[in-house]
Amino acid sequence: MGTRVYRAVGGVSLSVRPGECLGVIGESGSGKSVTALSVMGLVASPPGVITGGAVRFEGEDLIGAPYETLRRRRGDRVAYIFQDPLATLHPLYRIGDQLAEAIRAHHSISAGEARERAIRLLNDVRIPNAGARIDDYPHKLSGGMRQRVSIAMALANEPDVIIADEPTTALDVTVQAQILALLDDLRRDRGLAIIFITHDFGVVAQLCDRIAVMYAGRIVEEGPTAAVLEAPAHPYTRRLIDCVPELGQGKRRLEAIPGLPPMVDALPEGCAFAPRCTKAVPDCARGDIALERTGTRAVRCLMPEESA
Amino acid sequence: MGGYIAKRLISAIPVLLGITIIVFLIMSLIPGDPATAILGSYATPENVEKLNRDLGLDKPMVQRYFIWLGNMLTGDFGRSFSLNRPVLDEIVERFGATLVLAGTSFVLCSLLGILAGVVSAARQYGAADKLITLVVLIGISVPSFFLGMMMILLFAVELRWLPVSGMYAIYGGGDLPDLLRHLIMPALALAAVATGVIARLSRAAMLEVLRQDYIRTARAKGVRESRVIWGHALRAAMVSIIPVLGIQAGFVLSGAVYIEIVFQWPGVGRMLVDAILKRDLLLVQGGVVFVAACYVFFNIAVDVAQAMLDPRIKT
Repeated sequence: MGTRVYRAVGGVSLSVRPGECLGVIGESGSGKSVTALSVMGLVASPPGVITGGAVRFEGEDLIGAPYETLRRRRGDRVAYIFQDPLATLHPLYRIGDQLAEAIRAHHSISAGEARERAIRLLNDVRIPNAGARIDDYPHKLSGGMRQRVSIAMALANEPDVIIADEPTTALDVTVQAQILALLDDLRRDRGLAIIFITHDFGVVAQLCDRIAVMYAGRIVEEGPTAAVLEAPAHPYTRRLIDCVPELGQGKRRLEAIPGLPPMVDALPEGCAFAPRCTKAVPDCARGDIALERTGTRAVRCLMPEESA
Repeated sequence: MGGYIAKRLISAIPVLLGITIIVFLIMSLIPGDPATAILGSYATPENVEKLNRDLGLDKPMVQRYFIWLGNMLTGDFGRSFSLNRPVLDEIVERFGATLVLAGTSFVLCSLLGILAGVVSAARQYGAADKLITLVVLIGISVPSFFLGMMMILLFAVELRWLPVSGMYAIYGGGDLPDLLRHLIMPALALAAVATGVIARLSRAAMLEVLRQDYIRTARAKGVRESRVIWGHALRAAMVSIIPVLGIQAGFVLSGAVYIEIVFQWPGVGRMLVDAILKRDLLLVQGGVVFVAACYVFFNIAVDVAQAMLDPRIKT
């Protein structure tokens, strides 16, 4: 076994306020999910290790915190919703039992009470006939229903923060819209902070107040959603937006970005996007480039796009 | 579930019939005939012929098979000439002893194997994992009869902690502590290989399950790690461990033959070996069919257990 450690994610700094929705966007393998899992120490180990950094939740640092501290926060104050709702629910437990367990991991209440709360949660996420559904196994439910169960599970202990890791990627568009509407309502009703991880600009535009764009394990641009979408500052963000097909916009040429993102074990010096960037200058491949902050926007680029 | 069990029981009938045909054919084909074995080498041809006629061995093979099968269906397994008692009585009595030995071994190898596999997987590449992997490898590599003999040399002959062989002490024995003292070594020797196999497969099954998204979900919910491992993960891994237990039960049952001989255990295995040497056809045939039927029914029980554990299996 190799003992080398490759840096999958580094120099990522994110914050989210109560009631705010932060979108984290990037290609597959850009480190979005690893960042999300690190927050609660859920990176699979082996092989993953967290070598440094800080996660501050209400002023308390969670990285390096004892296991029991972390476990008490997980699902209680900070909850997760994951991508594939078939794989994320235990196939051999009834959904009611899985919901009840989420509650009873943090509150000592009776099985009957937990069951009642589980039914209320299923109602909250608009699952019809919740009283009967609660005794179903996950394989009996449709993809959209399963994702509602996952959301109900995340809401079980009324957390302050929900980290949603591509929660709608595996669903078809109509179900996707329903789930997004549901998350948006919950955020407004309960003042939830949501960190929404996705590779879909359409979803970001619909739901998020602010977005952070990730490339090769680093944040390359950050700012209010509308501003970033309208006038992307980082060449990567602009190219990424150009990749999105638009409905009813005639026959605009779809711009694919040539090349592939770098592998974690072969990160180039300086800007990781430079080899694929049309505006790259020799300085891009020399040394670290800082995340420059101006007002609400931030960008990690020597040659930022001119604002329109 | 009732329909599923009935379906499985019906599907066992052709298997059992196949077993009776194979056993009958093998016993008809082995050299040496019972009449000579009973009467000795100096018997006159007339006497041999007369005895063969009395035993029904002069009839055609097909006819003999159906007589035997028909009698078995009415519960008559025939009479053992070497022991001069009904075959079924002897089998049931001996099978009790085998069941004590093989049953204990099976429980031991299941518990120890799963325990070792789960601990290994939960501490993958850790010190406990490496140690368990080493012990398991040794367990798998040493033949059970050799392990049994080495145990006798060490614990019975050298250290004199345990009795050398048998099921009960000849004088003053017969109670449970006496049985347990006699049982420890043969049960462990018989369980060793199966424990290793179950441990390895449990480890693999657990590692596979621990990579799954629903384990991450359980951790993200704040479920305690011990419950994640012994609850969520083991429950899911049992789906692939249980069929292995069924197969290992067969190995334990057949391995009992060697161990019964090494430890002079009065079980079905030793009975069969004696019966083969004496050409006691009916005792061999009855014994093999009985043991095979037990194995078939145990495997049905395993399948039913699995169907009960996994709601995705259509019953």
